[in-house]
Amino acid sequence: MKKWIIPWTGALLLCPSWLWACTGNCGDQWAVLTPRGTIAGHEKTLILTALGLMLLVVVPVILMTFLFAWKYRASNPRADYDPDWDHSILIEGVVWTIPTLIVAVLGYLVWTSSHALSPYRPIASRQPTLEVQVVAMDWKWLFIYPEWHIATVNQLVIPTGVPVHFSLTSDAVMSSFFIPQLGGQIYAMAGMKTHLHLIADQPGIFQGYNTQFSGQGFSGMMFETVATSGEAFQQWVHQVETGGQVLDRATFAALEKPSINEAPRLFALALPDLFDRILSQDSTLRPMTMTSHSPAPMTAIED
Amino acid sequence: MEELIFGRLTLREIPYDNPIIMATLGGSTMLLLCITFLIWYHGKWSYLWKEWFTSVDHKRIGIMYVVLALVMLLRGFADALLMRTQQALAEGSAQGYLPPDHYNQIFSAHGTIMIIFVAMPFFIGLMNIIVPLQIGARDVAYPFLNSVSFWLTASSAALVMLSLGLGNFSHAGWSGYPPLSEKYYSPGPGVDYWIWGLQLGGVGTLMTGINFFVTILRLRAPGMTLMKMPIFSWTILVTNVLIMLAFPALTVVLALLALDRYTGMHFFTNHGGGNLMLFTNLFWIWGHPEVYIVILPAFGIYSEVAATFSRKRLFGYTSMVYASVAIAMLSFMVWLHHFFTMGAGANVNAFFGIATMIIAIPTGVKVFNWLFTFYRGRIEFTTPVLWTLGFIVTFCIGGMTGVLLAVPGADFELHNSEFLIAHFHNMLIPGALFGYFAGYAYWFPKVFGFKLDETWGKRAFWLWIVGFYLAFMPLYALGFMGMPRRLLHYDNAHWQPYLVVALSGTLIIFGGILCQILQLTFSIRNRAQLRDETGDPWDGRTLEWSVPSPPPAYNFARIPRIHTRDAFLAMKNQARDTEEVDYEAILLPRSSSLGPLMGGLTFVLGFSLVWYLWWSAILALAGLLGCVIARSWDEHTEEELPASAVRAIETALRHSGTSAAGTEEHPSLQKFAFERNPLP
Repeated sequence: MKKWIIPWTGALLLCPSWLWACTGNCGDQWAVLTPRGTIAGHEKTLILTALGLMLLVVVPVILMTFLFAWKYRASNPRADYDPDWDHSILIEGVVWTIPTLIVAVLGYLVWTSSHALSPYRPIASRQPTLEVQVVAMDWKWLFIYPEWHIATVNQLVIPTGVPVHFSLTSDAVMSSFFIPQLGGQIYAMAGMKTHLHLIADQPGIFQGYNTQFSGQGFSGMMFETVATSGEAFQQWVHQVETGGQVLDRATFAALEKPSINEAPRLFALALPDLFDRILSQDSTLRPMTMTSHSPAPMTAIED
Repeated sequence: MEELIFGRLTLREIPYDNPIIMATLGGSTMLLLCITFLIWYHGKWSYLWKEWFTSVDHKRIGIMYVVLALVMLLRGFADALLMRTQQALAEGSAQGYLPPDHYNQIFSAHGTIMIIFVAMPFFIGLMNIIVPLQIGARDVAYPFLNSVSFWLTASSAALVMLSLGLGNFSHAGWSGYPPLSEKYYSPGPGVDYWIWGLQLGGVGTLMTGINFFVTILRLRAPGMTLMKMPIFSWTILVTNVLIMLAFPALTVVLALLALDRYTGMHFFTNHGGGNLMLFTNLFWIWGHPEVYIVILPAFGIYSEVAATFSRKRLFGYTSMVYASVAIAMLSFMVWLHHFFTMGAGANVNAFFGIATMIIAIPTGVKVFNWLFTFYRGRIEFTTPVLWTLGFIVTFCIGGMTGVLLAVPGADFELHNSEFLIAHFHNMLIPGALFGYFAGYAYWFPKVFGFKLDETWGKRAFWLWIVGFYLAFMPLYALGFMGMPRRLLHYDNAHWQPYLVVALSGTLIIFGGILCQILQLTFSIRNRAQLRDETGDPWDGRTLEWSVPSPPPAYNFARIPRIHTRDAFLAMKNQARDTEEVDYEAILLPRSSSLGPLMGGLTFVLGFSLVWYLWWSAILALAGLLGCVIARSWDEHTEEELPASAVRAIETALRHSGTSAAGTEEHPSLQKFAFERNPLP
């Protein structure tokens, strides 16, 4: 019977090993554990707190499993054997109470954190909030900066220390907007507007994802988030305003065609109400017919 | 005209250009032909038809369910292996070996198959075999309906398998979220295969739910009050209530999506006033209870195994019952935790988060009760016990990550990532599959009259559990690295080592599956040594062990009277009743070929709807209606087994040892005795 101990401990050791490996010097690849913004920081703390609370029950239970299984093995004649013992008010009281208490504490945590970390809750700051409108397209992200009349594809540039209010919708299927190091995550859905408030506390380049499977080009629907100083941000805005392409109806129609692994693109915005027109599914913006017999968007990317 | 006859079916729908699919197709066609030929060569077709396909005996239907589940497990696992290999390879400039369209179908099929065609038929098979025996019934309440349910499930599984070679399967994920699953974004037959596979099989499952609910409420042996019922039957009762309440939601949501796709309606479309979130809500109103539908039966199995092999009563039976009922009720109040990221308000998210955590309380109680069942026991480390212990430890970790995901603020960082994948596999593999494996090993001698080989069973367990940890723990880590689920390709060298470890774990699990195949092979070959003559190989406590193995068609010659829980243990402790007993005539349901016929017609119906073959859809529907009408006119649905025949079978089974010798004197009776050795 001893032979079963070795693989068990081996398998068990495997599971905390990676946590142990990364709690000390986390590299940036541990995106969720290396927050670079206030919201992500709170979310990381929340994750670790909840995990710690649960380990209070889970670790003893796992140890008890090994202990009981070992001690009461059939080949151990010294252990007590009580075949008719099936009830104990004390034990049953304890086993109902302990999980209830833990869940009560966690429940309190859920209630407060759900409000504090609600994606819809504006971030208190002396800096004015930056508005960014996000449109999920097949298969790229369009970012519109309404105050600056610019738009970008697959690249998000934000100033550090400035709260950002994202309004999101989709021009195609549902997608989910996620920058792990700044905090997550909200769906973008056609005909609907969702909101997300994030802030970057440090400069850096943070990977952003679509996490909701959206079809053939899903894997390439990623973007880089560049957090820079306010000055650098202003310079960048100026460059985009003057140097780039113009996003007008024709460009938008071309952009709307499904495409895979789009490189970042920068536009001066000629359609000031673009986001609202996408949101309201304005047919003048979208010359495509939306009947069930229209050719599949999939065919467009076969070449 | 051509469209009228063939719908949208053309020869171009066979994926000639995909070598992986064509090789699989060729291989499986060859295998199928070989099996068909072998059965024909041995002249067993008529035996299979008469004794199995048309049988309404709950034990045989149960075996067919389990066989279906095991076959589909191989298919679902092959999908897993393909995905893991792709993700281990496709970093940076390497693109892996799967084209996006194929990869997307694979993960959609993997989820659909593992839930609907592995987990569901596996536990439905086990409950078919065991529940009537455990409650002292001669069959289920509606034996013919049971056969129809099975054939509906089998034909939907066949439909899903057919999508491999003709057309394609859905590439919209197993949950088929619109608008991606709407016709505008997925015009091909894939989503339709998914819809009809789930829809027609779902009807069968719903009928099973009704059948077993009535069976358990109405057919218990006299004296067996609900609180004296074995705990497995309790969890099955709760499960079937969940099936009856949850599956209609799936039926409705699939019907609405079908209306969108077939008639141009706008329930979930982007345009015309549709709202995709209606689908998401309805889907998970079924989908979350579904998780408990597949897990609760396994909880019941663990309880039986823990009590039997620690030679001790189940600790806290009453708590266990209340915990199961509480889990069932709560399971309907938590569906929104599948999409906290929808953008609902903080109050809504907090409500569903807390409701989700509350489920952890009764679940935790169950874990403690299993532990205290082992406490002061005499634990024998048989294969079912290993599965149980492996489950308890692993499930604790999965439960922990589940509660973590129930915190909306934490979910925002972990939703739709590999962490989520790790979590639900961590619940469903130990929580459901290990339980079914435990039940398979535990009840196998009851069904076939010989035990499974323990050595190979234990090897399988160790490979599975080590493989499980290697395959899924790295995915938790990848979740903390922000890796989204369902990626075909990625540009992040940090992720690759973890995905390679995950692949190696999957390969180790593959080794476990091979051991299970070998276990079955060797057990059949050595069945003479593994034979159990007693009908009670584990010193069992519940009624199923009181009848011979395999049980006769009528299960119980005389229905026992029940006075306590663990009824059979109590009987064994009393003096054996050796005197001659009076037998009475028994009414048995007759076999019916309408079950497989209706399954076949359902297959034709599903196939026709996928390919727009309206004429054959109408014919199949009319045929199905005809079958129902024919059945309701049939007044010879039962036949009587005279008392003398019961006596002959019982004498043979109880006293003759290895073969049902007694029935040889009554050749006409042979079909009533479950063959002692039904395997060739």
